[in-house]
Amino acid sequence: MLPNNRGYFGAYGGQFVPETLMSVLDELTSAYKEAKADASFWAEFDKLSRTYSGRPTPLYLAERLSWHCGGAQIFLKREDLAHTGAHKINNALGQGLLAQRMGKRRIIAETGAGQHGVATAAVCAMLGLDCIIYMGEEDMHRQSLNVFRMKLMGAEVRPVSGGSRTLKDAINEAIRDWVTNPRDTYYLLGSVVGPYPYPPMVRDFQSIIGKETKEQIMAICNRLPDYIIACVGGGSNAIGIFYPFLNDNDVRLIGVEAAGRGLNTGEHAAPLVAGRVGVLHGAKSYVLQDSSGQIRETHSISAGLDYPGVGPEHSYLKDTGRANYVAVSDKEALNGFQLLCSTEGIAPALEPAHAIFYAAEIAGSLDKEQIIVVNLSGRGDKDMDIVVEALGVKP
Amino acid sequence: MSRIASVFKQPAHKALIPYITVGYPSVGATLRVVPLLASSGCDIIELGIPFSDPLADGATIQKASFYALQNEVTPKLCLKVARQLSQKVDIPLVFMTYFNPVFSYGLNEFCNACTKSGIDGLIIPDLPPEEGSGLEAVTQKQSLDLIYLLAPTSTEERVRLVAEKSGGFIYLVSLTGVTGARDKLSSGLGAFVARVRKVAPQPLCVGFGISTSEQAKWVAQRADGVIVGSRIIQLMEADDTFTAVGNFAKELRCALDELPNGEKL
Repeated sequence: MLPNNRGYFGAYGGQFVPETLMSVLDELTSAYKEAKADASFWAEFDKLSRTYSGRPTPLYLAERLSWHCGGAQIFLKREDLAHTGAHKINNALGQGLLAQRMGKRRIIAETGAGQHGVATAAVCAMLGLDCIIYMGEEDMHRQSLNVFRMKLMGAEVRPVSGGSRTLKDAINEAIRDWVTNPRDTYYLLGSVVGPYPYPPMVRDFQSIIGKETKEQIMAICNRLPDYIIACVGGGSNAIGIFYPFLNDNDVRLIGVEAAGRGLNTGEHAAPLVAGRVGVLHGAKSYVLQDSSGQIRETHSISAGLDYPGVGPEHSYLKDTGRANYVAVSDKEALNGFQLLCSTEGIAPALEPAHAIFYAAEIAGSLDKEQIIVVNLSGRGDKDMDIVVEALGVKP
Repeated sequence: MSRIASVFKQPAHKALIPYITVGYPSVGATLRVVPLLASSGCDIIELGIPFSDPLADGATIQKASFYALQNEVTPKLCLKVARQLSQKVDIPLVFMTYFNPVFSYGLNEFCNACTKSGIDGLIIPDLPPEEGSGLEAVTQKQSLDLIYLLAPTSTEERVRLVAEKSGGFIYLVSLTGVTGARDKLSSGLGAFVARVRKVAPQPLCVGFGISTSEQAKWVAQRADGVIVGSRIIQLMEADDTFTAVGNFAKELRCALDELPNGEKL
């Protein structure tokens, strides 16, 4: 079973953190192991997933989108309908309950697009926990609506002005806070990245997406899909929907990274497609870096994909060939965004708009019997300003 | 015995270990300040190879690293600087950097180049012993000391693990937090040093947050060496001739030498 007891998926993962955090990670690992084996923990998680997060989210057959593409049937897993507007709530809820169980009342988190920050702020408000969110200044500017939402929910949002002022730097700052307050603070990391035990723990909380998808597609079509497509930044929504299908070898798994302004421009966020193996934020994985091992600045129109690293399990799935990874540009993602708006009346977040574009691309070459499931990981309200500006439309 | 280990064999001598970021504010500055520090009573110099994401560092070293990277300071350039410095000064030099630049260089290639450049040891704050076996195998071959860290949160089991693996000395992180000058030392520091002393045969050097000669003296009464980083970098910013940083090093040396012979509390 992966990861192994040192947190490795094959060659990827591990615990590359300052000594101060090693005993804290041990404490977290055993607390999670206990919780994982405790049926009452999952009963609480399931109950709140239903009553608070609004699960299960629907699996929707996008008929007009499918018709437009002229091939396979495209289903959308509607994580955009989950509470706070994205799949991020699944992990925030799971880890929030774990923090409460561990008696840690001060929660810190990083956020890129703001979706993980909002989900964490919501769960902390609901559980009565203190909440501090680190967010890059650049991201605070481009996702100001989410900053306001977090503040309304009682979170303190701390701007991060170092480095590229985006998600990577927000994680650095959250880790620095954690190193400073290791005893009373719970770091609620938002993706399947970071040191062990985060990648498998976040995956476990997110795999509810794939479990539901499997039941729903069996109920509707009485068979498994041919393709599952999801966008990949850190990779939590992708691993969440992939994981329950890993042993179903006929189901092709495709992760879509951000090609930004184009892979050949260097301004992108596609470590699996265009990076090489390195160590970032506590784990060995594919990383965007220069020839001397400095982490590169990234670019994507979507803040949630704007990250130079990726979860170690994705690196493993890439190397074993179980999943394939491709990249879609800013422009193409905008096309995907418009396409879903016009054919289905659904505005996706710019992150899954990458996956929508790729699904639409391949659907035309498939026949009508084939099934594609796209993880529609979040809704697009937060991105309206960016889209308006990028398309040059007057609202 | 390694050159680092022999520093601690001088009777009743406490090691003074400054840290500087290579290439901050310029490569020329590094080449001038290291000999000055060596002649002002320092025993080992930590040379920081800048990294883009220094998550164990506070504002001062973050800024120095960022600035050095803007000046295109690469690991290759740091090796070249170390080579020149090792011909100028007689005291041990250690590199302090994060794991990715080393991993990216290639463990064998990097350690080989370190030895050729007169480097005596490595300190890598994001490489705990659990992840260090690959690098250990290479540093042992190259006679480099791989110096591990311990922190106030380290359990007894971890203290034993580091005592088993650390080369040269053990780097005790004085507080739970990042690097940077602090007004006060952590209240549990004395007990922490004593706790490690019971288990570890290596010399113990304390760093993070030490910024005055009073603090250095207090630490030296309990440990075998004192590491000062952020304060040194701040003083380097004060004047081009490095008068302030030279005087500070001498002041620290005096504070450490004032201790009665062999005093250990």
